[in-house]
Amino acid sequence: MSVGLSHYLILGAVLFAISVIGIFLNRKNVIVLLMAIELMLLAVNMNFIAFSHYLNDLAGQIFVFFILTVAAAESAIGLAILVLLFRNLRTINVDDLDRLKG
Amino acid sequence: MIFQDYVFYALAAILLFAGLRVITSRNPVHAALFLVLAFFTAAGIWLLLEAEFLAIALVLVYVGAVMVLFLFVIMMLDINLDRLREGFWNALPVALPVGILMAIEMVMVLSSKHFSADMINAPVPKPAGYSNTAEIGSQLYTDYLLPFELASVVLLVAIVAAIALTLRERKDSKFIDPAEQVKVKRADRVRIVSMPAEKEIIAVTEPEAEKK
Repeated sequence: MSVGLSHYLILGAVLFAISVIGIFLNRKNVIVLLMAIELMLLAVNMNFIAFSHYLNDLAGQIFVFFILTVAAAESAIGLAILVLLFRNLRTINVDDLDRLKG
Repeated sequence: MIFQDYVFYALAAILLFAGLRVITSRNPVHAALFLVLAFFTAAGIWLLLEAEFLAIALVLVYVGAVMVLFLFVIMMLDINLDRLREGFWNALPVALPVGILMAIEMVMVLSSKHFSADMINAPVPKPAGYSNTAEIGSQLYTDYLLPFELASVVLLVAIVAAIALTLRERKDSKFIDPAEQVKVKRADRVRIVSMPAEKEIIAVTEPEAEKK
């Protein structure tokens, strides 16, 4: 079976499903949660680039460029918050982050 | 099947394996390294899709910067793994149906005839001198100039926020506050005491006169 657009989209979809499962499984570990979010963004970018290639439109690649920018900013701030959290509470367990009693 | 198809299937298999290991590995360092593998493989797949600039950007930005940051943070923190892994598989009865359902839905949609190869033809390969990077650059600096500038502002905000969040200064450090220095008035630093320039010395001469 020769590879077409749907193969890339299905690959992205399966990768996205894997990272959703990862968010369920690692619900206590903030670091792996951040990693699963990065994996989700990668799956989404895969769709953008596949469409950009098959529709011969460069806008998809430009959009991926911006997603990469925002994702880098997000992970930098997320890790900074994580470090701050660990400094104050000595833990990164999500169950222990109940200061606000929410 | 042509050669590119075999490459795609091999890279896709590695990517899915790496993704599975990211979410299931016990040690966060292993998870981060498998995420590096996933990004690298995804860059290979993007090369198949003729997105050369983004493939290299993914390797440079993600593998080179973001994942190194992740590894730094993981190794810096002293994580109690046993507590974090408590009840790890308890959520599987919920997670697996949700994930599989999502995957099946998307596969059913995407494998329908609207996305099949005969609806959207594979584009003709670009000629030898074509530069993906130059094309993206010319698009970025013309049609997408404002979003490009906004992206740089987002990065600047991220830098400032990350530094401001993690900055910790010592309580006992001696430092100069520039605001205090600028605000200072003459009266805070100098006190003028008015006193006579000369003074007659009387008390010393009197006892000598008494001796005579």
